[in-house]
Amino acid sequence: MSSTVETALPNAPVIADEPIPPPQTPFRRFVSDFLESKLAVLGLIVFAITLVIAVLAPWISPQNPYDLQQLDIMNGKLPPGAMDMDETMTFLLGTDDQGRDLLSGIFYGLRISLFVGVASAFISLLIGGALGLFSAYAGGRWDSFLMRVVDLQLSFPAILIALILLAVLGQGIDKVIVALVVTQWAYYARTVRGSALVERGKEYIEAAHCLALGTRRIIFRHLFPNCLPPLIVVVTMRIAYAIMLEATLSFLGIGLPITEPSLGLLIATGFEYMLSGYYWISFFPGVALLVTIVSINLVGDHMRDILNPRLQR
Amino acid sequence: MKKLVGLLATAAAAAAFAATAWSAEVKVGLSSEPTAMDPHYHNIGPNNMLSTAVFDRLVAQDEKQNKKPGLAESWTQLAPNVWEFKLRKGVKWHDGSPFTAADVKFTMERAGNVPNSPSSFKLFTGVLSEVEVVDDHTVRMKTKDAFPLMPDYMSVIIIVSKKHGEGATTNDYNSGKAMIGTGPFKFVEWVKGDRMVYTKNPDYWGPKPEWDKVTVKPVADNAARVAALLAGDVDLIDFPSPSDIPNLKKNANISLAQVQSNRLIYLHYDTNRDKSPFIFDKSGKQLEKNPLKDVNVRKAMSLSINRKAIAERIMEGLAVPSGQLMPPEVLGAVPDLKPDPFDLNRAKKLLKDAGWGDGFKITIHGPNNRYINDEKVTQAVAQMLTRAGIQTDVVTMPSGPFFSKGSALEFSLLLVGWSSGTGEPSDPLRALVSTYNKETGLGATNRGRYSNPALDKTIADSLKAPSREEWVRLSQEATKVAMADYGIIPLYFQVNVWAMRKGLDYVARADEYTQIQDIRSKK
Amino acid sequence: MLVFLIRRLSQSLVVLLVMSFLVFVGVFAIGDPVELLVSPDADQFERARVIRDLGLDRPLWEQYGVFLLQSLKGDLGNSFVFNQPALQLILERMPATLELAFAAVIIAIVIGIPLGMVAGLRPHAWYSRMIMSVSILGFSLPTFWVGLMMIMLFAVMLGWLPASGRGETVDLLGVPVSFLSEDGLRHLLLPAINLALFKVSLVIRLTRAGMRENMLMDYVKFAYAKGLSHGRVIFVHVLKNILVPIVTVVGLELGNVIAFAVVTESIFAWPGMGKLLIDSIYRLDRPIVVAYLMITVLMFILINLIVDILYSVLDPRVRIADVKS
Repeated sequence: MSSTVETALPNAPVIADEPIPPPQTPFRRFVSDFLESKLAVLGLIVFAITLVIAVLAPWISPQNPYDLQQLDIMNGKLPPGAMDMDETMTFLLGTDDQGRDLLSGIFYGLRISLFVGVASAFISLLIGGALGLFSAYAGGRWDSFLMRVVDLQLSFPAILIALILLAVLGQGIDKVIVALVVTQWAYYARTVRGSALVERGKEYIEAAHCLALGTRRIIFRHLFPNCLPPLIVVVTMRIAYAIMLEATLSFLGIGLPITEPSLGLLIATGFEYMLSGYYWISFFPGVALLVTIVSINLVGDHMRDILNPRLQR
Repeated sequence: MKKLVGLLATAAAAAAFAATAWSAEVKVGLSSEPTAMDPHYHNIGPNNMLSTAVFDRLVAQDEKQNKKPGLAESWTQLAPNVWEFKLRKGVKWHDGSPFTAADVKFTMERAGNVPNSPSSFKLFTGVLSEVEVVDDHTVRMKTKDAFPLMPDYMSVIIIVSKKHGEGATTNDYNSGKAMIGTGPFKFVEWVKGDRMVYTKNPDYWGPKPEWDKVTVKPVADNAARVAALLAGDVDLIDFPSPSDIPNLKKNANISLAQVQSNRLIYLHYDTNRDKSPFIFDKSGKQLEKNPLKDVNVRKAMSLSINRKAIAERIMEGLAVPSGQLMPPEVLGAVPDLKPDPFDLNRAKKLLKDAGWGDGFKITIHGPNNRYINDEKVTQAVAQMLTRAGIQTDVVTMPSGPFFSKGSALEFSLLLVGWSSGTGEPSDPLRALVSTYNKETGLGATNRGRYSNPALDKTIADSLKAPSREEWVRLSQEATKVAMADYGIIPLYFQVNVWAMRKGLDYVARADEYTQIQDIRSKK
Repeated sequence: MLVFLIRRLSQSLVVLLVMSFLVFVGVFAIGDPVELLVSPDADQFERARVIRDLGLDRPLWEQYGVFLLQSLKGDLGNSFVFNQPALQLILERMPATLELAFAAVIIAIVIGIPLGMVAGLRPHAWYSRMIMSVSILGFSLPTFWVGLMMIMLFAVMLGWLPASGRGETVDLLGVPVSFLSEDGLRHLLLPAINLALFKVSLVIRLTRAGMRENMLMDYVKFAYAKGLSHGRVIFVHVLKNILVPIVTVVGLELGNVIAFAVVTESIFAWPGMGKLLIDSIYRLDRPIVVAYLMITVLMFILINLIVDILYSVLDPRVRIADVKS
């Protein structure tokens, strides 16, 4: 809505709802631009599928891989397609060392990986976004103080902070999310502040001020929606990064508990068996992780190209 | 995929080995790095094992940790509290000066008193009340009370030179200045994190060392260490991970050496408090009554664990099920004490008779970077207990927080390991199943605070036994009592494996030590 | 200028103080280092002695106070494990890490810029799309996984390169480096590529974006209008313009590269300070962890300062006072 105002403004210095029929709304243009890249569309479809699998995991998995009662180490390391001891269940993708059905493990692992990625991205977005908006809007001392903190935070390598933090907090999904939020909020704060500063200087905000609209209304109804495009890109890319960081932390032995493995943890534990020929324990989760991250990145990457105003054709 | 990997690995390895086959240098990749070269700075395996290349002990340990003559040719117990050691004649330090009884006396003074040592040898030198030099080649070790374990204690203390050791700091050893030993190899350099280099001592009194030069590299990551061996970067590695063993066995260019170790993996549990932090009823409420105080519940837990399955499935055969603290063939252990069988029905019945037919909930804690496959075994144990009706959650963590929380009694059930430096059972009896007592120094590692006064007395008596025979009898009795009362649940002994290129030979050791002087080429 | 420097340095001091405190308390909260240091068979007396020797029997605030006083004298404490100055232990290992990081950055630039230029010049050609798609893989693959795969492929299966360690070093101005000997170079290659992978994608992206933006700009049109050759326009004029931001970003990323070296060093057994940090965190060797972070923070502050000053020198429009504060 406010975007229409923006496009209308240069031609219409007087604030009025003059009906200048745009040939295309920005959203439609965005969609048609997006559809141009087949790779990005493929990415989106694949990502949608992984999302569906993650959400439905408890209902479509042959087994609950986190329920120790359902596991039996006598079923450990069976190759893809093997049956369990009682010949009642087929392990389509084989089993890991604990006798966990890998297909179920991957579905549930996907669920955890995506949950960790998405949850950490959105919490960071909320915290970082609010601080960024505030910083841009308040300006002055507050702004320089907050940006100093952001600089500081960004100058610390994410992995080091996460490493120490998790060593202190211990294992667990909630703790991994906390660690990821702590390492990521600054990115959002800076992005939001940057684009908010640009938008704040624009005429439509001045206009809103002239109309004596409330500060909160201006920030959330006018400023924020216009900062969204670059933010969407940052969010997608950061989700992918968060998933990867979680995998790395789990590999170093301080991320998630072994009984509820994410994709990264499945890969890490399975990797020991690579040289021994039990390739499937690490290989299939690896493929799943790769496909997920690549699909997210494909979408994000293409969106960045479309939304970059300097490249507008 | 599997075949391809194997084939390529074989070809590459063959090419790599051909080049190095007959040079008189050997490179070793180890899972751990020592914290200092100073043989008395830190009493831990990685330090002790490499010290044996440059130095000797009065009493040496063979690959089964049996005691054999080292710098002492023989020893006798003159009185219950006096041991006499006859020193080997004609032994020379690396700088050419002769080895005498004065060096031994100096060593006994230094070993327990290195400044800022993170773990000193005081534990062993502390029993000595006097070291009497009778002549240049005779030393008498005296203790306050009767002491049957002197040869065992003397088999862990490295003898250093008085001439070079007097006033020497740990740094002087690290830099090589004071690293003058009597051992088969001379020390060249230590580049921290990267390598340790040794050259041969042609004048060694014992079996002549075979290699002109030995380089030891720390490669902590399991996969990377095996890769380094397969790529020909190193000629021998310790602790290949069990999952790699089947493949290494198939590889025509690799040979393996393995032996049952004395490292016991066991379960420790809270048998002392009424309210234990991680014991709950089925609904998740903390229980007011601790079921683990009942020996029958403990026995049921032991019966519900399928040790054989863990050994075969999780450990790839590299574990030997255990029913006591030390391997049965060790002096002082009980030769015919067998591990508990796996009997799920009896376990369930015992639980039911004890009033826990509906089971209860417990959390097992384990380390995830300390023992071979520790995390996986913890998970498997939880699986088995759950099947018996004790619903078990698993929490694993790096050894840092694990051991400090464990010793702070924050757990109810934990998986831990124990390895004896002296290679006899007095060590675990004292530390694991004795009542925790700050005054006597007993039960220091008793993380379940198990307490049995009768057992305590037997253990105390055994440590003051007037003769070796009496000590053996008492320590066997103590072991039997502790096991029948399930003070801990022994699970298995790890099997130590070394992997090396074909053409090399290593006598696998029960104490996990990689001693470079024992690496030989196959005749 | 002077005011700027003074303000900057005082801010940095506050940062260092806050950092040291957080890490100090953080590592203290993880656990008791004595449990890991002492031999398991040690009795209570021995444990008590070690706790006393390391000063761990004193209250936390007192330990921190002692640390602060000592650090004013340039002494960051002795390692619990090695009983040597933590600073010295880290500095001993720093050259290895820096060499690895610089090698990775150079690889990233050498591979990234040409590919990025190609992709930026012909954004719709199939090979450009391919470069971009493959570069997505670069930041989609976890470093640890790629590292292990590279060891499998190049060291174990093909046997071309060594799997681990640093190899032979040569002293250059008193600092041991590996890139001057053949053996050292062979050891350096795999870990450097592993570490560079992430950055290659970044450089490709930056270069491509810079290319595309600059090609649309007026000065390029003028240059063509003046009749300059295609090659001259691209390699002299455009390249010059896109190089500055790339070098800046890569410079700022150096810190991140050093941090990620933690993972690479663990996998390739590279004897750098990242490996020392991981080991020290696991061993709860607090002095080393604190000293490592203090040194890293100091390095970051310096890098940022130099970049800011350079910027103001290179671009007169930016006055120092405007930069970030």
